[in-house]
Amino acid sequence: MKTKTIYKPTSGLTERDLTYCPGCTHGIIHKLAGEVMAERNLIEEAIGVASVGCSVMSYEFFNCDMQQAAHGRAPAVATGIKRVKPEHTVFTYQGDGDLASIGLAEIVHAAHRGENITVIFVNNAIYGMTGGQMAPTTLIDQKTSTSPLGRKKEGAGEPLRMCELLATVPGATYLERVSVHDPKHIRKAKKALEKAFDVQTKKQGFSMIEFISTCPVNWGINPNDSLQWAVDNLIPYYPLGVYKDGTKDDQS
Amino acid sequence: MKNEEKVIIAGFGGQGVMLMGQILSYAATEEDLNTVWIPSYGPETRGGTANCSVTISKAQINAPVVTAPDTLIAMNEPSLEKFQSKIKKGGLLISNKSLIKDATFRDDIKVIEIDASQTAIDLGNLKVANMVVLGAYLGATKVFEETAIHKVFEKIFTGEKAKLIDLNKQALNAGMAVVGK
Amino acid sequence: MAKVLMKGNEAMALAAIKGGCDAFFGYPITPQNEVPEYLSYHMEKNDRIFVQAESEVAAINMVYGAAGSGARVLTSSSSPGIALKQEGISYLAGSELPAVIINVMRGGPGLGGIQPSQGDYNQITRGGGNGDYQLLAYAPETLQETVNIVKRSFSLADYYRNPVIIAVDGLIGQMMEPVDLDQKIEEKKSPAKDWAATGEAAKRGKRNKIVSLHLDPYQLEKHNLKLKAKYDEMKENEQQYELINMDHDPSIVFVAYGSMARIARSAIEALKKEGIEVGMIRPICVHPFPEKAFETLPKSVTTLLTLEMSLGQMLQDVQIVNQGRYTLDFFGRAGGVVPESEEIVEKVKTIMKGAAK
Repeated sequence: MKTKTIYKPTSGLTERDLTYCPGCTHGIIHKLAGEVMAERNLIEEAIGVASVGCSVMSYEFFNCDMQQAAHGRAPAVATGIKRVKPEHTVFTYQGDGDLASIGLAEIVHAAHRGENITVIFVNNAIYGMTGGQMAPTTLIDQKTSTSPLGRKKEGAGEPLRMCELLATVPGATYLERVSVHDPKHIRKAKKALEKAFDVQTKKQGFSMIEFISTCPVNWGINPNDSLQWAVDNLIPYYPLGVYKDGTKDDQS
Repeated sequence: MKNEEKVIIAGFGGQGVMLMGQILSYAATEEDLNTVWIPSYGPETRGGTANCSVTISKAQINAPVVTAPDTLIAMNEPSLEKFQSKIKKGGLLISNKSLIKDATFRDDIKVIEIDASQTAIDLGNLKVANMVVLGAYLGATKVFEETAIHKVFEKIFTGEKAKLIDLNKQALNAGMAVVGK
Repeated sequence: MAKVLMKGNEAMALAAIKGGCDAFFGYPITPQNEVPEYLSYHMEKNDRIFVQAESEVAAINMVYGAAGSGARVLTSSSSPGIALKQEGISYLAGSELPAVIINVMRGGPGLGGIQPSQGDYNQITRGGGNGDYQLLAYAPETLQETVNIVKRSFSLADYYRNPVIIAVDGLIGQMMEPVDLDQKIEEKKSPAKDWAATGEAAKRGKRNKIVSLHLDPYQLEKHNLKLKAKYDEMKENEQQYELINMDHDPSIVFVAYGSMARIARSAIEALKKEGIEVGMIRPICVHPFPEKAFETLPKSVTTLLTLEMSLGQMLQDVQIVNQGRYTLDFFGRAGGVVPESEEIVEKVKTIMKGAAK
């Protein structure tokens, strides 16, 4: 019997089993990033930076040279790498506690300097690995282990929107927020990642794709309902779309 | 020159106090002597008190900070007040008469007063008052030949600043002449 | 090459370029600003990398990134800035990355002052980063020694795959002294960086990972033991010190480093004129602490007088090494006050009076 390969794992990822909780969308996002880099032959020469949080082990999953960064510092580490290896594809993979809280200065200034790197930002509105604490991205009234009565605006502020914030930074080139809750959006998310890596390949500067993601375990919602919860609650506050496209005024 | 010479040069920021000391250290380096130049540094860049110390020595220089100078060059009154008592017995004080008036000088040191500002203005540029004083210092101590300092001018005043060399040489001369008289 | 007159900070910067530094990442802080200022121009002129980071924390993490890619990397700062860098230094040590860190020390704690100090002795020899790691720490005395150490430090860092910290007090950073930048130094032979994450996984046929995470305690302990073996090798091979005036049967021996050692030399000269012979152990490498220096002292020695521009930090190392052999005494000034040699002379005389009783 003749066999025809209709699907196989991407060569952009290693054969290691992912360590993420069942139902979490990190797996989909890893796969998309791996595919995009493999399809563009970037994975052979890429250097990735893993952050701290659930994706701390991502250096075991992306099939390229990897460096593991301290909490929030991935954009600074990536800056160091990119400056001495300007011809290589350099990306960070960061969660919302890492990027929007402890690493806020590093992400803003990497964008500000227009570092020619790609940031994969996974926003699930909570600290996952440490056990479900409140993040800067946690929604008002959302219950977490450090906001057991729900996040209150007074004292905790309103959730930070990173794409909108970085869109005000002159050095940022491409910013888009996507979701992976259904196949249609997954296809769209892949296109966004393709764009982001193309921006880097063309040396057009800083690109970040923000993924609206889920955390079934710490949200206390089953995986299916988590996807719906993200659609009903996260996306209205974090609207999908392109927040900045500096390549348009750069078509030389 | 003698075996070792320690100088404190003090004034306010903007008088070119640091440069005077550096020129001495550059000249010492050119002549293969040991030298250390130390600035006082503070949060203010202009107008505050500024001083530097220079050690020039034939032997290895140990403690780099000058606590008892052979010579004090005082460019203004606060500097004189601060450092006069530290001059070695029998040492030298060069006092900028343009800004230090009615001062009481120690009687166990040699004092040279020089109207640096007026001399510099006569040369056409108040800014070279520091070089007038440096000239007086060289004239009085003979630490370096005039030509050694000229070499330093040529080394540090380059490009746009090269046109300042002649003026600085004149100022140095004028200072030396005051002591020579 | 003939000697040139240079400011300490600029000379260190130029020495780094001559030592093969590929990239510098730093942040402004007094009194080390001439280091980044000099490099901002000269690194670019030499086709190398200079980045003014947004913070000390970012700077050391850029160092971490660039070092992970195999570059020879430098950062410089002053005391409070080095405090901020401790996180990154721990990661560098944990991931076994070479890097050179210059600390132009000022008075502390907190914002402290900006005058010369040696108050960071514990910071540079023990470090403030987390975990079981050690640095190679140097504390040179003159500008010439500083320049030679900076140049050599890149090869040392490469050899041990470990950060090297060079601490000078603000005096050395700010003063000008003639210096020969091309003096021959003995470089440590640096092995090829086949571990670096250079973005050549496909070409290499293997992925390189720069990681300090080891979740399995047995695996982490194995890693800790590997690091420890390296630190033991440093302790065996890198102790560096100078013995001064030991052949005159001194009863008192100073232990001093950096500018304090220079001042102590003046005290030794002054005391000699009065017929009093004092020796000195001058640690050049302060970590690993030069224990070997204490094993060969003349029989005449009774007292070790530790001198610091801090209040008894190196003294603790002297206590550990001494093991009760000699009487220990201490003299220190702090806060940015640079002592005069006369104060040390007085201290020696006081000790001698006490001994004569």
